[in-house]
Amino acid sequence: MLNESGGGPWGGRGGGSGGSGGDGGDGLGPRNPWQQPPRKRPSSGGGQRFGPSALDELIRRGRARFGGGFPNPQGHSIWLWAIGLFVLAWIALTSMHIVAPQQRGVITRFGKYAGTLGPGVGLTFPAPIDKVQKVDVDHIHTIDIDTGSGSGQNLVLTGDQNIVDLAYSVRWSIREPELYLFELADPDDTIKEVAESAMRAQLARVSLNDAIGPRRSEIEARVAQSMQALLDSYRAGVTIQGVAIKQADPPAEVVDAFKAVSAAQQKKQSYLNDARAYALQLTAKAQGEAAAFDKVYAEYRLAPEVTRRRMYYETMEKVLAKTDKTVIEAPGVMPYIQLPRGARPLPPPATTQATEGGK
Amino acid sequence: MTTVSRLVRNPIAWGLLAIFLLILCSSIFAIVPETKQALIVRVGEPVRIYNRYDPKQKFGHTGAGLIARVPFFESIVWVDKRVLDFDMQRQAVLSTDQLRLEVDAFARYRIVDPIRMYVTARNEKNVGDALKPILGSALRNELGKRPFAALLSPERGQLMDNIQKALARVAAQYGAEIVDVRIKRADLPSGSPLDSAFERMRTAREQEARSILAEGSREAQIIRADADADASRIYADSFGKDPDFYDFYRAMQSYRVTFGTDGMEAPGAANVILSPDNEYLRQFRGRER
Repeated sequence: MLNESGGGPWGGRGGGSGGSGGDGGDGLGPRNPWQQPPRKRPSSGGGQRFGPSALDELIRRGRARFGGGFPNPQGHSIWLWAIGLFVLAWIALTSMHIVAPQQRGVITRFGKYAGTLGPGVGLTFPAPIDKVQKVDVDHIHTIDIDTGSGSGQNLVLTGDQNIVDLAYSVRWSIREPELYLFELADPDDTIKEVAESAMRAQLARVSLNDAIGPRRSEIEARVAQSMQALLDSYRAGVTIQGVAIKQADPPAEVVDAFKAVSAAQQKKQSYLNDARAYALQLTAKAQGEAAAFDKVYAEYRLAPEVTRRRMYYETMEKVLAKTDKTVIEAPGVMPYIQLPRGARPLPPPATTQATEGGK
Repeated sequence: MTTVSRLVRNPIAWGLLAIFLLILCSSIFAIVPETKQALIVRVGEPVRIYNRYDPKQKFGHTGAGLIARVPFFESIVWVDKRVLDFDMQRQAVLSTDQLRLEVDAFARYRIVDPIRMYVTARNEKNVGDALKPILGSALRNELGKRPFAALLSPERGQLMDNIQKALARVAAQYGAEIVDVRIKRADLPSGSPLDSAFERMRTAREQEARSILAEGSREAQIIRADADADASRIYADSFGKDPDFYDFYRAMQSYRVTFGTDGMEAPGAANVILSPDNEYLRQFRGRER
């Protein structure tokens, strides 16, 4: 529009300035205003009008590239062909989408949700109209929550006002890609915060012993449940796959006291074991002795007098065979017995017993 | 010459025209994504909203898409349609039983009235900033009315409801709706409160250890006593059949042990002085008696 035909205002002026105006009227292309200065030079003749100039050269090349330098029909069609090809390639590249098996493609048409592409090759309108965002739905994301505070421990209050050092991880995956993309400003952070909140709320309902002990799996299940409920209420489009408590220990500051408790439990067990061993031993001994007595008694019942005598003699034989014996024959003789030094008071009763037996 | 060929002859002109058209288009048309609400402001005055939040709408049936406006006079203010959140700074809270707690909370909200939001706060971030201190004071008020233990009990739900109500009242003034308020963490502050909690835990454990030991020795004693009783019963059952014979039998056993005749060496030597009247020597004297 600036320079509609070969004869522009500058062209007219150029024609009037010298005799070579007829020559300058139609060149290879439309007349260019920047061609003027060389022509104005008084030294330049008519034949030297197209003398080399850097600017000139640049413009010519530029025109050749745009096709402007070839106004013939053939050049025109090449130019259109190039644009056509480019448009075709653009459409092909931006309207065909390869969605991997674990992915879903969320289509937005001018920003508006227009469906979800399943795995495989999906067709949509080309780029400025349709946009596809691929979301990994099978991938299970894991959030680890452990060292929350600076001390390297994640201390959590339990229901009995004790403190437990907790580390756990949350596994989640995307269930509804469009909700995941459009509903929450920061889904990943939201899940993490919800996990922390749900875990702490849950631990506030159990005692310390439950938290570090057998009810862990129950706590895990309940946290997963309440997280799911919360995230559903946010319409997050996310499924909680599971919560795993990796570590639930008493804090390092009191761990010794906890060890003392388990040591006490061990000790209690050993007390009980000792007592049981004693009981077993005692009972066995009693049973053995009773059984022996019963046997002997059964025998004795058959012939009481004889058995009694036999047992008496046998015992006396054994007893007296090993001891020094003194038999005092004469009645009325008082024996003088020199007791060994340091004699214990125990033997005399045994002797008296033996003596008494004879009376 | 046709217009096309003229244009073809003037690429610069064509380019300029294209740029002009592009500017015109972009100032007329705009793409509203699902995640945003578009508030059209005509010379400073909000006039209409595209893609306004409506809980009943499903994605795909919302007002998102291509919209048109009067160029240069109407401008678009983008307002987030998603659930936004803000974190409250860690707050020290004093419960009725004078226990100090450090509380972290977060709230989730959504702009439901973009015009009100635009008029009162200009953008979403300012809404969050304005709500933060409100949440803090609501939290302090509610927690200050209760004992520490209430924070760790099912009553907590009621507490959060109260806080959410207080916050929602203020949020409504900013055209926002509170989706949820939650306490993220409630901790004892480090230093003496935490140390005394640890001390309490420690002494509780020591007490437990001691009671376990005491219980252990009690049970052990009972087991021993039971065994003693059992043994006595067994003996009595057996020996009670003939106490006289038992006396004899046991005496015989006792002699053997005392005089070390059952293979073992009795401590100390034994001297036995027998009188001829002794029962054992009855036959020793012959048949004179």
